Amino acid sequence: MNPYAGAHGELTGLMIMRGYHLERGDVKRTKVIIPDSAHGTNPASSAVCGLDVVVVKSRPDGTVDVDDLRPLLDDTIAGMMMTNPNTLGIFEHNIGEIAKAVHDCGGLMYYDGANLNPMLGKVRPGDIGFDIMHINLHKTFSTPHGGGGPGSGPVGVREGLEHLLPNPRVIKIEEEDYDYFKLECSDKSIGSISGHLGNFGVMMRALAYILTLGRDQLKWVGPLATLNANYIKESLKDVYELPIGGVCKHEFVYDGLKDKSTGVTTLDVAKRLLDYGFHAPTIYFPLLFHEALMIEPTENESKQTLDEFIRIMRVIAQEAKDDPEMVKTAPHNTPVRRLDDTQAALHPIVTWRELVADNQ
Amino acid sequence: MSYKFFPHTDDEMQAMLKTAGVKSLDDLYQDVPQELQLKKEYELPTAMSEIEVRRFFDGLGMGNITMRTFLGAGYYDHYSPAVVQDILKRSEFLTAYTPYQAEISQGTLQYIFEYQSMMAELTGMEVSNASMYDGTTATAEAMMMAVANAKKRKRVLVSETISPYVLRVVKTYAKYQGIQIDMVPAKDGVMDRDALKVELEKDDVAGVIVATPNFYGILEDFTGIADLCHEHKALLIMNCVATALSVVKSPGEWGADIAVGDGQSLGIPLNYGGPYVGFLCTTKKLIRKMPGRIVGATKDADGKRAFVLTLQAREQHIRREKATSNICSNQSLMALYVTIYMGLMGAKGLKEVNSISYSNAHYLAESLVNTGLFEMAYPDKPFLNEFAVKTKLNIDELQQYCNDEYMQCGLKIADDTLLIAVTETYSREDCDDLVDACVTFNEEKEGK
Repeated sequence: MNPYAGAHGELTGLMIMRGYHLERGDVKRTKVIIPDSAHGTNPASSAVCGLDVVVVKSRPDGTVDVDDLRPLLDDTIAGMMMTNPNTLGIFEHNIGEIAKAVHDCGGLMYYDGANLNPMLGKVRPGDIGFDIMHINLHKTFSTPHGGGGPGSGPVGVREGLEHLLPNPRVIKIEEEDYDYFKLECSDKSIGSISGHLGNFGVMMRALAYILTLGRDQLKWVGPLATLNANYIKESLKDVYELPIGGVCKHEFVYDGLKDKSTGVTTLDVAKRLLDYGFHAPTIYFPLLFHEALMIEPTENESKQTLDEFIRIMRVIAQEAKDDPEMVKTAPHNTPVRRLDDTQAALHPIVTWRELVADNQ
Repeated sequence: MSYKFFPHTDDEMQAMLKTAGVKSLDDLYQDVPQELQLKKEYELPTAMSEIEVRRFFDGLGMGNITMRTFLGAGYYDHYSPAVVQDILKRSEFLTAYTPYQAEISQGTLQYIFEYQSMMAELTGMEVSNASMYDGTTATAEAMMMAVANAKKRKRVLVSETISPYVLRVVKTYAKYQGIQIDMVPAKDGVMDRDALKVELEKDDVAGVIVATPNFYGILEDFTGIADLCHEHKALLIMNCVATALSVVKSPGEWGADIAVGDGQSLGIPLNYGGPYVGFLCTTKKLIRKMPGRIVGATKDADGKRAFVLTLQAREQHIRREKATSNICSNQSLMALYVTIYMGLMGAKGLKEVNSISYSNAHYLAESLVNTGLFEMAYPDKPFLNEFAVKTKLNIDELQQYCNDEYMQCGLKIADDTLLIAVTETYSREDCDDLVDACVTFNEEKEGK
């Protein structure tokens, strides 16, 4: 429970992966395999953990290329880090084969819980070959985002790795008359990675959410998130470029507007959405497409909201044809207009003291 | 079918499935091989009503006992004005997403800018980032910054007077980064300067981590330390208790390169370790080596002042494995917490908090010593609101005795040493109660 956020969970999980090899005296395993579609946090966490990153390519359908993966597997591989579904919202259906290949070479499988939502009620990472994972409680279990945090990134491991979990941990003692709980630190652990037990208050909220849904309702989170994403995907593919067809999971990626002749980019579409009261989706990620526009509606948006979003996306596509300049200079109705990012980075002003000095 | 948080009616669901080109929700998982699908129910209770959830947590709460606490060791029971929580619960702040879309996130971005300004002011440093997870990880990140800055040096010195809770996290990060951590021994509760000098003269040290107030509550004299570090091309990193900086010499004034610590002491209530907030402040020179999000001021297309996430080329989502850190989510809402707190308190209020805490702690220390049962562990060293005392009493038994009186008497840091903290939330009577408990404990022991 100790990691404070998703990236912190990744780091902790990778430390467990390395710890597993190191405790067996297997010091050669210093590389981790990561798909080219992965979020930047994955390679960054690997580097902080002292692991070198080996990139495995994606096939045209967005899934990991198993033929590209096999030659990478040798006795220097600590393991592989993946999300499933991947960042394109595509379920990696070869996961069984991938996990077996990585296990056969002596590596472990790490599941980045960033995309756990569509799996709720349908698939458990532990059942499909993963050994270590983290959950983003601020994503999957609905704890408030707080303008960027606090999150929480608890880590789970396969049986046989639990001794490596960070210190301290809570254990249950079963006595004849009653059970009780206590804190424990172990020398076999990877060590401490936070002040105490992470963002305790965030975990309480996640627990309240899980108890409120219970086993009978939690299982609908995945299917309904998936339904919402597919509904939008199919509703707009005549005006936005859908590079990968078929069912997606909780998210999918358009490669910008279908009609590229107007010069209106994904950034422009995102900024124009702000004018209509919609938060812009993640853009220019994953890096596999030039004009990536990632749409991820979650399970708790109503059909009415989705229909309004679809309507506005169509309006914007039409505006791109009729008045491209207006879309390119959006937003127009927000408290401030497009910002000068370049100036901000060239001459960083990060305190009032600096701002006042700059004004003088 | 009816769902708790899911707004779909059956008819809507049918219409949506049709548009999606499938017949059932199960068909949406046709790409997932059958043998990989979960075929059973989760081992969880069935859905609880709000009343049941409240009862469940109330029940857990009854297993906790409320006490007056004289425990500190990095986290302190300071007064937290009720209005802070109230503002924090506003949805504009509580449920806001990360401010990637600056045009609709000026409120979030401005409070982060205010936070950065206040933390820079408090630490006497030029710049601050938007927050870190906590004081322990902020210190580990500062260590990584020093090593990245030194390029080829992978050795970092840590004063033995730092909190062991910070040290153990620094050591974990160091182990996986291949960084060598060497301790600078303590002499009379403060870092041994001669020992530091000897180590620095080997000219292979990337950074030196010291603490103020240190783990024993002592305010160390760092005169000349920054020069010594810089002479040998090492960065000076200062781990601080945030509130104390309003009354003691700041890291900036000592010449430190990086100031880090936990912001909990700025009014965040004790909450079983989190969420709190870590801070990391540094010099303008090192800003591009800083981890985490940074908010900067700029102008919009109309020339209007605005705020934006800046210097993102340092960060993981752009730079991937070459990023300065892997941190992504931070503790933004808690940064807002301490910003509102500091805004309410002002420089004068913060000084008052510390001056009452100081006077309470000194009163308690003197009272304990006057019983003849305790003596100051470091008698000639200045302290603020925390101090170490030596005693012949059995500390484990004393702690148990005080717990039965609904008091936590302090942290045992050696067989014969107790670390005690007092804040402005405690009165002289509270201090007297602790002293009385110690005296009665001793009398009962001797009576037997």
